[in-house]
Amino acid sequence: MPDSLSDWQPSAALAHLRQRAALLQSIRDFFAQRHVLEVDTQILSHCAVSDPFIDSITAQYQSVPGGDIQPLYLQTSPEYAMKRLLAAGSGDIYQLGKVFRNGEVGRRHNPEFTLLEWYRVGFSLGDLMDEVESLVSAQIPGLSWQRVSYRELFLHYLDLDPWTASLEQLQQACRQQIEAAFEDDDRDTWLNLLMSHLIEPQLRGAVFVHSYPPTQAALACVRQDADGLPVAERFELYIDGLELANGYHELADSQEQAARLTADQQQRAALGLPQRPLEQRLIQALQQGLPDCSGVALGVDRLLMRQLGVESIAEVLPFSFERA
Amino acid sequence: MANYSANQFKNGLKVMLDGDPCSMLDVEFVKPGKGQAFTRVKMRNLITGRVWERTFKSNESIESADVMDTDMEYLYGDGEMWHFMDPNSFEQVAADQNAIGDAAKWLKEQDKITVTLWNGNPIAVTPPNFVELEVIETDPGVKGDTAQGGSKPATLSTGAVVRVPLFIETGEVLRIDTRTGEYVSRA
Repeated sequence: MPDSLSDWQPSAALAHLRQRAALLQSIRDFFAQRHVLEVDTQILSHCAVSDPFIDSITAQYQSVPGGDIQPLYLQTSPEYAMKRLLAAGSGDIYQLGKVFRNGEVGRRHNPEFTLLEWYRVGFSLGDLMDEVESLVSAQIPGLSWQRVSYRELFLHYLDLDPWTASLEQLQQACRQQIEAAFEDDDRDTWLNLLMSHLIEPQLRGAVFVHSYPPTQAALACVRQDADGLPVAERFELYIDGLELANGYHELADSQEQAARLTADQQQRAALGLPQRPLEQRLIQALQQGLPDCSGVALGVDRLLMRQLGVESIAEVLPFSFERA
Repeated sequence: MANYSANQFKNGLKVMLDGDPCSMLDVEFVKPGKGQAFTRVKMRNLITGRVWERTFKSNESIESADVMDTDMEYLYGDGEMWHFMDPNSFEQVAADQNAIGDAAKWLKEQDKITVTLWNGNPIAVTPPNFVELEVIETDPGVKGDTAQGGSKPATLSTGAVVRVPLFIETGEVLRIDTRTGEYVSRA
């Protein structure tokens, strides 16, 4: 925590802010060279993200001062708006801007952060991983790169198959190495605990983890893999154990999308989380037709952290949350 | 007592866990890609001194502990208990061997000491970073050898034994760093 006397000062060194400016510039150059269109969709929206574990910050809109309050939501990612553009025929697009997530503050988190999100029409998930690798390699040369499936990762580090292990086996694997007294009957909670506490810290260099359990598909397509298992066409990129990017072969099926939004809303209700208006215009856009595409969101502040070799997000932000 | 939920945790927070007061040393927000958030906390049990890590879900909550660090004056030891006084209220408390621990060897009467109180009872004491104590026994000094290295043990008035330079004599008052137990200088 900063003391009150230095509170006015930036949390990042000026040299880091110069590097930040250079990074933003070179990201824009990267996409300009590839003829990907920059878009800047709304930050304030009538609808909120459905994901039960991402909480939107609510803003209070009033048509006149002191008038009725209409809740609006700060975007947690521009995904819904960008997909509506894609369905409208925009072609390849990227967005570089601020997003907001309630309650997310820590060494690697700031409630307001800079996200780079882009969509490539006709790209497979592998094509998109190639492009992410090009973008990141240009910023951080000399990284080792590997791609490993979620299942291979768990088998390698924990000798557990995430598709077949029972809830009890996952709990037991956690409690052998992590003190966690809570109960939870969601397998994904335990998988996430194992991933974040036991696997991530061991990942060195740049690692794409792909082929997620279908219960962690979010907005990715689900397909059958070579072993006949249902896998989500999703990847996460880690750099030295820091989660940097999350990509999908985008779900285009409007019915499936509607079902996932509803399932999220039901899970929110079951967990006692706030019910927020769902983005039905995303469903309408998908009904119109989303071109086959892959998309990815990448944390720009974290990319800068790895570029500069610093461990705290405050060190790359002009003013971190405490000083904002 | 108040309850804190995991997303309110912060460094220095004192909470009750398994019946003992604990202090949070390091609080880390962990948020896997699309999953729910965890709070990973490095904690010290203030009774046993054990330091360990525990992970909470963001909707877990724990009871706060009534733990306060208070500046007090050390009065005297009676062989069994160590007695302290709050210089503002003149209230006195007595700490036992468990609460005193290693601090015993740095306690000089009338020094200002930080006493950690849990429900009003002392559970730990922290001496000042530097104390000045008299040498009551050491081998005779080596004259003229003030620059060279080499050291010898010296017993101080509190019973603490520290390594001191060869030129130090019995009866001298020394400045000691209590965090390392090392000699700093003549006082």
